Amino acid sequence: MKAYLKFLYRCFKRSFVGGWKYHLWLGFLFTIALVGLNAYCRQYVYGLGTTGMTDQVSWGVYIANFTFLVGVAASAVMLVIPVYIYKREELHHLVIFGELLAVSAIIMCLLFIVVDLGRPDQMHHMMLRFHFPVSILTWDVIALNGYLLLNLHIPGYLIYCAYNKRKPHKNFVVPFVFIAIAWAISIHTVTAFLYSGLGARPFWNSAVIAPRFLASAFAAGPALLIITLQMIRHFTHWKVERQALLTLRSIVTVAMFINMFLLGSEWFTEFYTDSVHVASAKYLYLGLDGKSALVPWIRTSFILNMVALIVLVLPISRRLRVLNVACSMLFIGIWIEKGMGLIIPGFIPTPLGEIVEYTPTLNETLVSLGIWATGFLIYTILVRITVPVLSGRLTVDADSFDGGRLDFAKEEDLTAINYQ
Amino acid sequence: MNPENKQHSDQDKQTSSPQGGCAGGSCGGGGSGSAPTRRSFLRTSAVAAGGLAAAMAALKPLMELESEDLPTVEKFLQKHYKEMDAEEMQKALTRISGEVEKRFDQRPDIRDIKPMDGVEFVYALNLTRCIGCRKCVHACVAENNQSRSPEIQYIRVLEMPRGTTNIEKGNHHYDRPKVPDNDHFYMPVQCHQCAQPPCVKVCPVEATWQEADGITVIDYDWCIGCRYCEAACPYWARRFNFTKPKLPKKDLNPNMAYLSNRPRPKGVVEKCTFCLHLTREGKMPACLEVCPTGARKFGNVLDPNSEVSQILKTNRVFVLKEEVGTLPRFFYYFDERYPGSDEAMADKISQTS
Ligand code: SF4
Ligand code: SF4
Repeated sequence: MKAYLKFLYRCFKRSFVGGWKYHLWLGFLFTIALVGLNAYCRQYVYGLGTTGMTDQVSWGVYIANFTFLVGVAASAVMLVIPVYIYKREELHHLVIFGELLAVSAIIMCLLFIVVDLGRPDQMHHMMLRFHFPVSILTWDVIALNGYLLLNLHIPGYLIYCAYNKRKPHKNFVVPFVFIAIAWAISIHTVTAFLYSGLGARPFWNSAVIAPRFLASAFAAGPALLIITLQMIRHFTHWKVERQALLTLRSIVTVAMFINMFLLGSEWFTEFYTDSVHVASAKYLYLGLDGKSALVPWIRTSFILNMVALIVLVLPISRRLRVLNVACSMLFIGIWIEKGMGLIIPGFIPTPLGEIVEYTPTLNETLVSLGIWATGFLIYTILVRITVPVLSGRLTVDADSFDGGRLDFAKEEDLTAINYQ
Repeated sequence: MNPENKQHSDQDKQTSSPQGGCAGGSCGGGGSGSAPTRRSFLRTSAVAAGGLAAAMAALKPLMELESEDLPTVEKFLQKHYKEMDAEEMQKALTRISGEVEKRFDQRPDIRDIKPMDGVEFVYALNLTRCIGCRKCVHACVAENNQSRSPEIQYIRVLEMPRGTTNIEKGNHHYDRPKVPDNDHFYMPVQCHQCAQPPCVKVCPVEATWQEADGITVIDYDWCIGCRYCEAACPYWARRFNFTKPKLPKKDLNPNMAYLSNRPRPKGVVEKCTFCLHLTREGKMPACLEVCPTGARKFGNVLDPNSEVSQILKTNRVFVLKEEVGTLPRFFYYFDERYPGSDEAMADKISQTS
């Protein structure tokens, strides 16, 4: 126990060590997080009236970001599957970074839910009268928190073993990995069911929502990971295998194809049937009764997604620069599609046919940015700790300083993880 | 090499003595502590102090919290409505009535009124008679202590073009010097007190539930304000307090119940309760009392002689959006203009064929 506390303490200490670029980055994120905190305090005092939400559009960017980030978190599993099922060794270490990404994403999800509550001071009622299994929201609470714990355990254990120069014991990892795989799929499915279970909202009340959630998550998550891995590669001189990035690229491409196919099926069903239920989809893609705030967004998203997909299919995206651009486009495209494009039109028109549009306010945007900054801050620090431990520079008996010359550290190749 | 690094050694000498002043002694414990680490760590503590100050500044808006908004121990410990015994309920009522008195300078008569045995309430609304005057909307606001600014209304009256019952065609914001307009009919919508209410199903904390007399209620002290119920309601019947409800002192209705019209805090959901503080004591809801045309009928459907039972039996009634399967207790009907017209029509058809 004492040894473990010492480990935590040394990690904590290490997380402050770095060059000026590293500190600048931390300072930048910290500042945005504080601006967000400030905005949230204003919201806490005044109420959710500081947001653009109304009784007509009663969920906004908070829930949109939440939905999107659940997808990012779930996608960590996409790396785990090839490693443990197909034994793709080049992805082995990436799993740890993917799972750390999942941890940060889940923390952001939970924060987005908390800031969306009208009475966060009564949140403990959740524990006192948990409406399980009737309310799908309670399922989501279990799924998200369970997933957070799983993803803290697996990389946490592997890192602690590396720190102690022990070989990790298979039984402490592999079974959890398989649970995590199933769990990742479940967090996303349950989140989709939050929406698709509502008969009052025809736009969400469709069986294709859950599969589409999974497909787009498995595109957006690895896309983000490709970008972050290249950042790690750039700033830490830790060699991320090119092959690994290319494996991720094919995952993104396939997932995106499935996503586009499902989108097409949805369009067909909505527009060919052309019943009154098509109103929300019409509002989203074409505008309804002269109201069309979301149309430019969703068109941008569609163009970004299509261009990214075409680039990904072409051999040109084997060049890492091009791959980065494609992944960024895809990430933004899916963020719009899954966030603004899925949550907001569900409320427009209202069940009584009223059309009220929604635009996020400045305060609401600041709170959201603050949460994103917090998430990135957490991820940066987790990576900052993980790299020296895995490369044997921070262990029980060694705490060699890594120069501070490079922004994270100059690291040699990581030692491979071998099980007992 | 970074120029900063060259100065490590002499910087370290200078800073070695103030090192003991590090918060919580955390600087000394690292063990190996090579010079650059220590220096960088010292610098970090300075940054941390700055960061802490910035964090305090960020929290500043909290200073504006009003004292009555601060969570109190009593409120924190209050149980869920269904778990409170008589004594605990009494305590809660005393607390609430104290709060109301402080805010409105008026002692309210607040009770916890239980459903009556053998009663199931339903509403029936005659669309032939309704003239769209919105008197019910305003009577409801006055009766139920809703926020006046922003004004929260439980009843929405739709102006519908003749020839359709598709509510997507309705006009929510009609504003005419004179109603009714002959090309339209009027359709008031409020909570339908569904027998299978999706709003109840989705609530993660059971802050809303259906009572024995069919009224779906909300415990305002239990709701966490997630607005999932608002998304789930097919009749757009729920309203959320996006900010602290503003109700002038003179407008308070002191006759109130725990589950209906007591003043609500900010951040919780509310909706029509069929005026249970009136109807559970044998009176009629406020919207019915004020209706100038008698379009609104309310009563106990379990009593075969009640007016609503008669209407359900003899009139052709319909419910809104039957396909969502929530089984509303709110029925619409039109006057049967020609009594016995069915038989007359049948005769006519059989003669011609
Ligand atoms: S009308 Fe809406 S709020 Fe009222 S009981 Fe039905 S679902 Fe719930
Ligand atoms: S807003 Fe309140 S009543 Fe509605 S689902 Fe959430 S906790 Fe339940």
